[in-house]
Amino acid sequence: MNNFSYIQAEKPKDATAAKRDDKSAAFIAGGTTLLDLMKSNVENHDQLIDVNLLPFRGIEMTKDGLRIGALERMSDVGAHPLVAQQFPAVAESLLLAASAQLRNMASIGGNVLQRTRCGYFRDTAFPCNKREPGTGCPALEGDNRNLAILGTSETCIATSYPGDLSVALTALDAVLTLENSKGKQRQVPITKFYLLPGTTPQRETVLESDELIVAVTIPQTAAARKSKYLKVRDRSSYAYALVSAAVGLEVQGGTVRAARVALGGVGTQPWRCFEAEKALVGKPATEATFRAAAELALRGAKPREHNAYKIEMAKNTLVRALSEVAV
Amino acid sequence: MDMTSNTSNQKENAPTNVVGKPLDRVDGPAKVTGAARYSAEINVPGTVYGVLKSSTIAKGRITGIDTSRAAKEPGIINIFTHENLPKPAKTPKQIEKWRAAQSYLPMQDNQIQYAGQPVALVVAATLEAATQAAALIKVTYQAETPIDSYHDPKAELFDPQKIQQGKKDAHVVRGNPQQAYDGAAVKHEATYVHAINHHSPMEPAATLAVWEGADKLTVYEASQNVTMHQGALADLLGMPREQIRVVTKYIGGGFGCKGSFWPHTILTVLAAKAVNRPVKLALTRPQMFTGVGHREDQEQTLKMGATADGKLVSIVHTKKATTSPWDNYTESNGKVMDMLYACENYSTVYELARANVMTSVWMRAPGEAPGSFALESSMDDLANQLNIDPMEIRLRNYADYDHSNGKPWSSKSLKQCYTRGAELFGWSKRNPKPGQTRRGRMLVGHGMASATYPVHSSQGTARVRLFADGHAVVEAGATDLGTGTYTVMTQVSADALGLPPEKIRFELGDTRLPTAPGSGGSVAAGTVASSIMAAAQDVWDKVVKMAVADKKSPLYKAKPTDVKVELGRMFLSKDPKKGETLLAALGRSGQPDIEGSGTGKYGAGYEEKNFGQNGADPNNDNKEKKTGGHSMHSFGAHFCEVEVDPDLGTIRVTRWVGVHGAGTVLNLKTATSQMTGGAIYGIGAALMEDTFRDPNFAHYTNADLAGYHIPVNADIPNIQVEFVPESDPYINYLGVKGIGELGMVGVAAAVGNAVFNATGRRLRSLPMTPDKMLEAMRMPA
Ligand SMILES: Cc1cc2nc3c(=O)[nH]c(=O)nc-3n(C[C@H](O)[C@H](O)[C@H](O)COP(=O)(O)OP(=O)(O)OC[C@H]3O[C@@H](n4cnc5c(N)ncnc54)[C@H](O)[C@@H]3O)c2cc1C
Ligand code: SF4
Repeated sequence: MNNFSYIQAEKPKDATAAKRDDKSAAFIAGGTTLLDLMKSNVENHDQLIDVNLLPFRGIEMTKDGLRIGALERMSDVGAHPLVAQQFPAVAESLLLAASAQLRNMASIGGNVLQRTRCGYFRDTAFPCNKREPGTGCPALEGDNRNLAILGTSETCIATSYPGDLSVALTALDAVLTLENSKGKQRQVPITKFYLLPGTTPQRETVLESDELIVAVTIPQTAAARKSKYLKVRDRSSYAYALVSAAVGLEVQGGTVRAARVALGGVGTQPWRCFEAEKALVGKPATEATFRAAAELALRGAKPREHNAYKIEMAKNTLVRALSEVAV
Repeated sequence: MDMTSNTSNQKENAPTNVVGKPLDRVDGPAKVTGAARYSAEINVPGTVYGVLKSSTIAKGRITGIDTSRAAKEPGIINIFTHENLPKPAKTPKQIEKWRAAQSYLPMQDNQIQYAGQPVALVVAATLEAATQAAALIKVTYQAETPIDSYHDPKAELFDPQKIQQGKKDAHVVRGNPQQAYDGAAVKHEATYVHAINHHSPMEPAATLAVWEGADKLTVYEASQNVTMHQGALADLLGMPREQIRVVTKYIGGGFGCKGSFWPHTILTVLAAKAVNRPVKLALTRPQMFTGVGHREDQEQTLKMGATADGKLVSIVHTKKATTSPWDNYTESNGKVMDMLYACENYSTVYELARANVMTSVWMRAPGEAPGSFALESSMDDLANQLNIDPMEIRLRNYADYDHSNGKPWSSKSLKQCYTRGAELFGWSKRNPKPGQTRRGRMLVGHGMASATYPVHSSQGTARVRLFADGHAVVEAGATDLGTGTYTVMTQVSADALGLPPEKIRFELGDTRLPTAPGSGGSVAAGTVASSIMAAAQDVWDKVVKMAVADKKSPLYKAKPTDVKVELGRMFLSKDPKKGETLLAALGRSGQPDIEGSGTGKYGAGYEEKNFGQNGADPNNDNKEKKTGGHSMHSFGAHFCEVEVDPDLGTIRVTRWVGVHGAGTVLNLKTATSQMTGGAIYGIGAALMEDTFRDPNFAHYTNADLAGYHIPVNADIPNIQVEFVPESDPYINYLGVKGIGELGMVGVAAAVGNAVFNATGRRLRSLPMTPDKMLEAMRMPA
């Protein structure tokens, strides 16, 4: 970790302007992603702009849905009754993540921006196209057990977002509110927020360098109310997902009326499965329907030496999650 | 009244009062309040901080080191590389009997032999400055293609002849194993793979080197064995041992990785001398993966031949493993196969391949843990193949003596362990047919396995100082891994002197104290307890002498040999009512205190001293006995329930019972904790622990505790541990057998056997992660 200066922003503009003026600065919220990366010299910033005093707080129902301030802590959001009752997949995605200590520190905005757990990315001894564009991707022929099978490129196959929350947000059509140094706000659906690696895996989101995440808003739907987050991992707690599924179903008289499906751990970004959703709507809520949808969700998957298991695991996870919300 | 006369015809272990009781840890309050200082927390005035920079390549040479930017950091005192670090008097290679694991010392030239090898050591006024400067050093390399493992196509397997610094044979044959296998009615052959495991103790390795003069050194080290560290430093520095003091008051776990000498220690000592300041250096968590050894990547092929009713006739075992470019270390997995069952024909052969990795090293139950995974999984298969209950097949092959050497057991309670474990677990309710038991969506399975661990011969010295005011100081240069040495030795001392435990101060972890073995090979408890008893007996002797010469003593004029001492009271053997306490006699003498010391032996040495070379057991009429003496082992049995999710591949252990026969239990609470910890350590190896070494870079990709999974609370069910009563007069005065490693032997097999019972699928590659389970579920059972 290099030496850096530190400021505490009291107004959004203080933060965004400071960032605009110093390209190597970084915002810091809970610091649970940022400091790890700085300690291992994966990221080097000469200035940290503490955003914790900014008024990006609150968990409240608005006409557009549930609005969660970007600085709310994972633990508080996960335990909030509105979230637990109206958006169970979101609550579960938060409470199944990391550890209690981390959830107490970690913010919603920071969670959305956490970075890949690809081991090559996180150790500067290795080349890595995402960390140092053009140096190569050792994961292609190496340790790719945890990496993606959908949305990959020859340049990078990382699950660029390795976490949980954004998978649930992706399934439920959440919208991020961003604000730049001019004080201008814009709304970006989370399904348009993350970028595929293509030939530029270092570019992970559409966030501009002077932009802050202000809040995330999740529309209230019947499918969101009947939603679930299912996470499969190497140990019972405190591990990233090998594969996860966030699903929501609206079932009437045994027939699926609306469906929301996203997968984690398999895509280079949280993976929304629109085709699977289409295949579910109008069909009987049976295992056969779910299985057919799961097949579609994994179509085109491109496994590598150590991650082929994800195809079957993801299908089964999806079928399990759908079966459980259908009852 | 020395130990020989006292014990030669006794068939019982010493009487106890506090020993065995579940006494709370005497160091507990210091630990939970932070008063206990671990090696890296010790502060010496003027201390500066060292940080290592690690090689980013696994093979090649350094072509340049640019320290210009690093040197500009404020607070930098010196930056050492192979070009300016003072050389030690000798390198490990030049030392004839180098006992520590790795014989290669980095930073002696520009060669790189493994990833993570130290290439520079920065010394600075603060840890932060040293850390930052280390990052700013630019090292350029000429890299060559490394070999990553025995399974690398470029790797060449070779016959090492000897393994473990020449200590063990790489070929062991008993009887006619191949022929017996070929002719066996029933055959079983399987290959088992074990992942690379890292010890990953909570406390990292650390050294604080303090030169108190040109020829006087004190080192505060995270060491499982201060004597070993002192000896290795003396050899490397060309100094007399007594000029080097090594201190380790507390250890935050070691599991074997702090029981060997590793490069960071000598590099820190050399740097401290050069900067003429105390230097403190702790490995970072990633450096813990390339600085203190590991359990090697390995595969074993096990062929077992049996009769139609399940009696073993042959065990043919081979092992392939990775070793470093210089040393022939590999765990001796075969040991456990040689002795656990009655089998007349046995062989094991080790093959190694050199790769660009540091030398691997013992890790909790080295050899026994992976060896028992193969053996106990194959036994389960055999049972299933022959339709015999897994416990029954073990009973049919029960070894009434040690077939590896023909000796009778000093004690063995494995049958009692099976019986009691089965009862606690409800083994009789197990459905023997795999894949039949469901709990909701989950497949439920039950498995069991045996555990065993040898009593390694050892000895050590202790000093006892009994004060007339009724307290005592007891000292031995042992270490406490966190498992309870402080506590159990306090108990042993209390009984030896007849004092309450709070009147005992037990000191350890310092080479200034009498020499004791380190914490390794499960020898510490038995050896140090014996040493304390020997030292206490020296005190008894002296006080008895005072008493028989003291008119005021009820023992006045008694013959010292007629006097016995038990729990701090001296009395006439023939008239126990006639006597007094040690303290009463000491008090009258006017002497403020009295000191004794003694050497205690553990295992074969104790038996030889007290029972003679061939005297052994008069009850032993075993015709096959080839040599004198007994074979000494602890034994146990594990019972495990798992739930397997057949669709998602996850395996969770839901119930665990471990019953062990390990001689005298010194403290029921700490012993139970240790056996519980053993089961947890084994569950980690079984289900999740796996360091991935990249095949192209020979460098780990998950070298931190987010990437290297060890069990969390949610992975561990309620673990029930019991000890069966067992007394063993041959191993030491108190009848103590070590328990540090026993608890993990057989654990991975018990888990795998339960998985097989749940699913009909056998996972032979550790760890049994969900991807492997799912893959197996796709295959026909
Ligand atoms: C050991 C470990 C295990 C974990 N396991 C899981 C898991 O199982 N599932 C899971 O989902 N996550 C997991 N995490 C990740 C964790 O959830 C994230 O680290 C955390 O959510 C980040 O939030 P933070 O507030 O600490 O972010 P910070 O570290 O402060 O910031 C992260 C990034 O976001 C930027 N940033 C922060 N806030 C804003 C904002 N408002 N606007 C713009 N940019 C911003 C920062 O500049 C930085 O680049 C784990 C983390 C660790 C260390
Ligand atoms: S997968 Fe992506 S992050 Fe991982 S090494 Fe390749 S380029 Fe880097």
